Amino acid sequence: MIKLPVLVMALLALAGCGTREDSLVITGSSTIAPLMTELAERYEETTGVQVDVQSGGSGRGISDTRQGLADFGMVSRALKAEEGDLTAHLIGRDGIAMIVNALNPVTRLNDAQIVAIYTGEQQSWSAFGGNDAAINVVHKADGRSTQELFLEHFGLSNDRVKPDMVIGENQQGIKAVAGDVNAIGYVSIGTAIYEADAGAPLRLLPLSGVPATLEQVDQGHYPLSRELNLVSQGELSDAASEFLAFITDPGQAGIYHDYYFLPVSR
Amino acid sequence: MITISSRFHADSLLTWLLRLTGAAAVLVLGGIIAVLLIQSAPFMLEHGSALWRNDWQPGQARYGMAAMIAGSIVVSVLALVIAGPVAVLLAAWLRYFAPSVRRPVLTLVELMAGIPSVVYGLWGMLVLVPWINRLAPPGASWLAASLVLALMILPLALLVTDTALGQLPARYLQAGQALSLSRVGMLRRVLLPQAGPAIVSGLVLQFGRALGETMAVLMVAGNVVRWPTSLFDPVRTLTANIAVEMAYATGDHRVALFASGLLLLLVTAVLLALSWRLRGERHEMA
Repeated sequence: MIKLPVLVMALLALAGCGTREDSLVITGSSTIAPLMTELAERYEETTGVQVDVQSGGSGRGISDTRQGLADFGMVSRALKAEEGDLTAHLIGRDGIAMIVNALNPVTRLNDAQIVAIYTGEQQSWSAFGGNDAAINVVHKADGRSTQELFLEHFGLSNDRVKPDMVIGENQQGIKAVAGDVNAIGYVSIGTAIYEADAGAPLRLLPLSGVPATLEQVDQGHYPLSRELNLVSQGELSDAASEFLAFITDPGQAGIYHDYYFLPVSR
Repeated sequence: MITISSRFHADSLLTWLLRLTGAAAVLVLGGIIAVLLIQSAPFMLEHGSALWRNDWQPGQARYGMAAMIAGSIVVSVLALVIAGPVAVLLAAWLRYFAPSVRRPVLTLVELMAGIPSVVYGLWGMLVLVPWINRLAPPGASWLAASLVLALMILPLALLVTDTALGQLPARYLQAGQALSLSRVGMLRRVLLPQAGPAIVSGLVLQFGRALGETMAVLMVAGNVVRWPTSLFDPVRTLTANIAVEMAYATGDHRVALFASGLLLLLVTAVLLALSWRLRGERHEMA
């Protein structure tokens, strides 16, 4: 496929600013797309190389990369065995922390217990050694990648979840749980850790015995997390490897945090 | 070339300017309605009949909005039931029983009307919801949403009622005093009934405002899609639904949200017509 680069080059020549002939196309995961768009804008500002970011799901990222339509595919999971023809470049991670109020005596819940709480089978904290009080189940609204990852991890479908409160933004979940001893919720792990460190009365529950810390996520041990990958096929072009180096530079970590993602440590 | 030396020309220039601004207002409204209609038409044709079911699972292509329509209405009705009587009684008391404090109180109320809705929402979330939570968990509920809305519509409801009472001819009051009617009796039998249509039309407009409020409700209502059966149950309104899901909605899901916007617009239009009718009746009586 040479159509698009040719078109871009023609446009650049017409505009009279075609100092560089490179341009990059990145397609895929709608989870990563907002982050990638902002990184691409920064890259354009510094280098003048045009980067076109389009979302459409991880599946599109894989197929576009295979067909050569995209230089990179955005894939918000690890590559599967049958995708061995592609190379994954880990750029960051996305994780979820289960949170309860710091005054809640319950300090651990296993996956089955969390499922029982979210499906309404268990409605009192007393079943888990906590107070004799109704559990206030805080759930996320449809379409959020956090909700998607949560449901996928616990093998739930959204209509089985019986919430007492549905929230949009992470901050709303933090406020809800910080203000209610009997609430349980889940938010992006970066946000939860930041807020707990800043003094919000929250407790991050360990999952399958793994504590919810940035180190555990970073090392890939924390179960409720996923990889954010850029995938490519064959040798990277100079332009592509320059871009990859730019977005994984520690100096860009702030943008990852803005989107509640954890940049990969290099 | 237009000269403004002639009076005729200046007048016609002004006329055309006014026509232009008038047309712009109509065009903007027409544009909004057209966009909503065009965006939601294919969806309405396909899912229109399922819209009235109580089953909102956009992830599984189920788009029943009945519970959210009910949520929008009950939340606003309760807000009006709380704020309406308070506004009317307070306005009457200030005007006829405590005229000395009327001005300061109205100034305070005007300030209240200027507070952004998100501030009311924040107060509701940090103070009201935890307080209701101690009474009956989970706290974020129909009651919380209605109380916050009641506080938000109270200032304008009060000011409208005050104006309506102020517009009554002074002779009513004088005639009443000449007949030595008690103040309460006069208020109940003469003044409130006379100002009634104007007061009610003002309250209907406030009801429309409550129906359209988004952020404050989103922050305190709990937003669970289910039939509102108890004051302490969470509810989701149509506006909150649009706000909470629009950013992440694609395809049919997104169009469904446009359709719910159209529904809201229809309800508001009906309310507006009702308000006009009530005001029209008053003019006939006067």
